[in-house]
Amino acid sequence: MKVINGCEVTYLQVLDETGKIVNKKDMPKLSKEELKKLYYLMLLSRTFDGESISLQRQGRIYTYASLYGQEAAQVGSAFAMGKDDIAFPSFREHAVALTRGAKPEGIFLYHKGDERGAVSKEVNVFSPSIPVGSQIPHAAGAGMAFAYQKKKAAAVGYFGDGSTSKGDFHEAMNFAGVFGAHTVFLCQNNQFAISLPIAEQTEAQTIAQKAIAYGMKGIRVDGNDILAVYKATKDALEDAYKGNPTLIECLTYRLGDHTTSDDASKYRKPEEAKKHEKFEPISRFKKYLMKTKILTETEDKKIQEQIKKEIEEGVKNFEAMKPYPPEDIINYLFEKLPDELLPELEEIKLSAGEAK
Amino acid sequence: MTEMNMVDAINSALDNEMANDKSIVLLGEDIGEDGGVFRVTDGLAKKYGNNRVMDSPLAEAGIMGVSIGMAVMGLKPILEIQFDGFSITTLDQVYNHASRIRNRSRGLYHCPITLRCPIGGGIRALEHHSESPETFFAHIPGIKVVIPSGPYEAKGLLISSIRDPDPVIFYEPKRIYRAIKEDVPETAYTIPLGKAKVVREGNSMTLITYGSWLRESLEAVDELKADVEVIDLRTISPLDTETIINSVKKTGRVVIVHEAPKNLGVAAEIIARINESAFYSLEAPIERVTGYDTIMPLASYEKLYLLNKEKIGKAITKVLSIKE
Repeated sequence: MKVINGCEVTYLQVLDETGKIVNKKDMPKLSKEELKKLYYLMLLSRTFDGESISLQRQGRIYTYASLYGQEAAQVGSAFAMGKDDIAFPSFREHAVALTRGAKPEGIFLYHKGDERGAVSKEVNVFSPSIPVGSQIPHAAGAGMAFAYQKKKAAAVGYFGDGSTSKGDFHEAMNFAGVFGAHTVFLCQNNQFAISLPIAEQTEAQTIAQKAIAYGMKGIRVDGNDILAVYKATKDALEDAYKGNPTLIECLTYRLGDHTTSDDASKYRKPEEAKKHEKFEPISRFKKYLMKTKILTETEDKKIQEQIKKEIEEGVKNFEAMKPYPPEDIINYLFEKLPDELLPELEEIKLSAGEAK
Repeated sequence: MTEMNMVDAINSALDNEMANDKSIVLLGEDIGEDGGVFRVTDGLAKKYGNNRVMDSPLAEAGIMGVSIGMAVMGLKPILEIQFDGFSITTLDQVYNHASRIRNRSRGLYHCPITLRCPIGGGIRALEHHSESPETFFAHIPGIKVVIPSGPYEAKGLLISSIRDPDPVIFYEPKRIYRAIKEDVPETAYTIPLGKAKVVREGNSMTLITYGSWLRESLEAVDELKADVEVIDLRTISPLDTETIINSVKKTGRVVIVHEAPKNLGVAAEIIARINESAFYSLEAPIERVTGYDTIMPLASYEKLYLLNKEKIGKAITKVLSIKE
């Protein structure tokens, strides 16, 4: 017997939890302004997240999935994407949308149960996909389209550790490998699928190693280290443009509940989550920015005030929006509503009128 | 005009459309060099290249899933799923995504996908190769389901399906893939989706069917020398209620024929619509000739399950003989 495939799984970290650069070689080339922008985006995302939970508790929006703790994985990867690249999110990637330039009001609107907030086409963020992992084939297919069109663009498929148990994940990875799709598979391993910890989700040591089975590169990064996430995504995108897809596993931790309908204390000791707080992504990055004098306390205050205003503005704009016309629950079924459905259209209008 | 069977006609439709529209790509198992298990895509890989006629890995859900990604990025994928039983594997992506993306995105994205798949029994195939699952798809809002009854119909309906900006499930009755030859134009033409065809006019009864059983239905009517109006639905979703109701109002008697099981089948929906819009025109209870509500038997008893012109003729005679 001989070894015919000695698989290696690499791990990337640039910035450790104390805010120290531990790997100068892989430090991405980012200007001071860009570094500050990353900080601003993570803080914006966390503030947005807190506001959303608060709005949900007050009944002003409905079910919401928190991204608390995953800011680096989302902001870092989305910041690496180019204008023509497109993100295929699950239901937790609000920071991806914000980083790409989506307005908070759109995301609030979606969580008030309004389809108009689902897609941010102007910034190339596709609609959230609720069935876990079912969006991964879409990212593979979009990457296949870019390959066919010979476009310098890539699709980034976002998903969590739970998705990697689904056939969708494996079929998508396999198609992407076979067809040289311009795709980056970005897994946020937040270590929980609702209540199921990663150790019970898979017997594999890493998710990154699953890439090997599909003939593509797999890498695990410290998902709470925004510099590592940015670097890994940037490199993966460059490869994707050439038809070489990559699986990136961002090892992070879901500090919050699964959604606002969940209570994690039922299955996870609060002390356990507490332990992970010291690894969370924003404070380490702030320490680094302060230490290197890229950011000052005064600037930080200014950024926080600006974010507060932006979110307040977002809530105001969102709550000022009028509902869409009731007949639009059927008007977007097809490009042209078949004659067969016109009586239902009339019935809907009538029923909405009577309900008023 | 060339004499074509249904395989030739579908191949011709694909060829016509691919020649005119570079955004069309074909994706399916063994559809490239092999030309598909029924040879429907024969020659297309050679003509248009392997990057447009893609032999896919063996994963039906994956085929459907990646097609959605391709479609929202501007391509028009035409998929081939090898057999009806396996088309069920695509249901998750069809139901949860393809049918909803236009609605979910308020029209910013849409899914111009045509899923082609053989349907029905009659070729003594293995289990899962002789199924009639059209109702599963027809029940989904946002999905059109088309089942042609012969070569000429197949080509025109397929071109309409490909040009449709929304997802269409196009089931091809495999029993008549090579059984019927008709004169079919070599150039492209369309037959509108959602419109049934009155194949034969008549006054004393309406027979409604689609797909492969149109042929036996006409034979049964001929043998009985009955004055029956025969409707080929062509599209089972959306259903052309108007054509059905107009006919029933004229004839007052109805037989509905389909191979799929009776329970909650297309016939049940047609009867409900007649009940809503032509109840007082009925002169006799409506009769259904359908598959049994059991698993499609393997080849040894396939014939027992399948319809035939005798079963159809019996139903026609019964409905015609009922006194008002």
